[in-house]
Amino acid sequence: MTATNTTSTDTATHSTEQADNHENAAAHEHKHPSDWAYIKIALILAAITAVEVFTYFETVYNWGQLLVPSLLLMMVVKFWLVATWFMHLKFDNSIFAKMFVGGLLLAVAVYVATLTAFEFWV
Amino acid sequence: MSNATLETATVDDHSDQESSEHGPSTGISNTKLAMWLFLGSECLLFGGLISTYLLYKTRRGPDNLPIPTDVFDIPFTSVSSFVLLMSSLTMVLALAAITRGDNFGFRIWLLTTSLLGGVFIGGQVYEFTAFLREDVGFTNNPASSAFFTLTGFHGVHVSLGIVMLMSLFVASWQGKLRPQHAETVEIAGLYWHFVDIVWIFIFTVIYLIPA
Repeated sequence: MTATNTTSTDTATHSTEQADNHENAAAHEHKHPSDWAYIKIALILAAITAVEVFTYFETVYNWGQLLVPSLLLMMVVKFWLVATWFMHLKFDNSIFAKMFVGGLLLAVAVYVATLTAFEFWV
Repeated sequence: MSNATLETATVDDHSDQESSEHGPSTGISNTKLAMWLFLGSECLLFGGLISTYLLYKTRRGPDNLPIPTDVFDIPFTSVSSFVLLMSSLTMVLALAAITRGDNFGFRIWLLTTSLLGGVFIGGQVYEFTAFLREDVGFTNNPASSAFFTLTGFHGVHVSLGIVMLMSLFVASWQGKLRPQHAETVEIAGLYWHFVDIVWIFIFTVIYLIPA
């Protein structure tokens, strides 16, 4: 009898925890920003793209040695903004970010190694 | 029916009901997780294509024919890039609309996203034909082959995205897509944003960084 009671208490606790997890996950996943927040992010993306295109016109301003690092930095910022805001990685469960970043880091590692093997950087 | 059989049947019914009412024990959507895993694997596909282009981008071949960097039209590609970037905004606005039950807004934003995707593809077709006129063909040299393969693959991804969006539009039009199906839209949206992210990378690494 005691054993049966313990089992049913465990099951009830498990169900409550599971329900809590679902509620937390649901609340977490639905905490999305407003339309205006998305528009502001798009405006920032548009501004960065404008600066990127501006770098192409060397007659306007010569970026010199800063050109490639600046372009790469702007690319990373745009990538990060789209992934975190538009793809909701900032608001969703962190396991999604881990899956994506895992694939991304694997790709970067594999292809940096490949490019190095082919003496791309020399 | 004996008591034991009745009890078993009740337990089975209860489990079926539970599994259909609740999600997985992790509280994470399986379909969304699968899409993120797929996108992680897509990084490897595009990483391979981009690396190949980087290795071959100056290879003119034995006939010394022009390579893509000779004929890039940066202002034109910038406009295409901007169009694709803005389609990410309209996609996320479509998701926000269906989440709050605004079906009309959802269809408008979805249609706008498809249209912007179509404009991007149109721009790519124009760019390819302009390249062909300049004697930059797919099989002319390793640089051209790598360029057309990379941007062509991306174009196919955008085209598949448009098909997905139009399918969602038709489903919504037929009343089959309701606010409770917002996750389906979110998953299609993830694919669309990923295609945009890949282009952000291609635009900088292939077009803007000088050879």
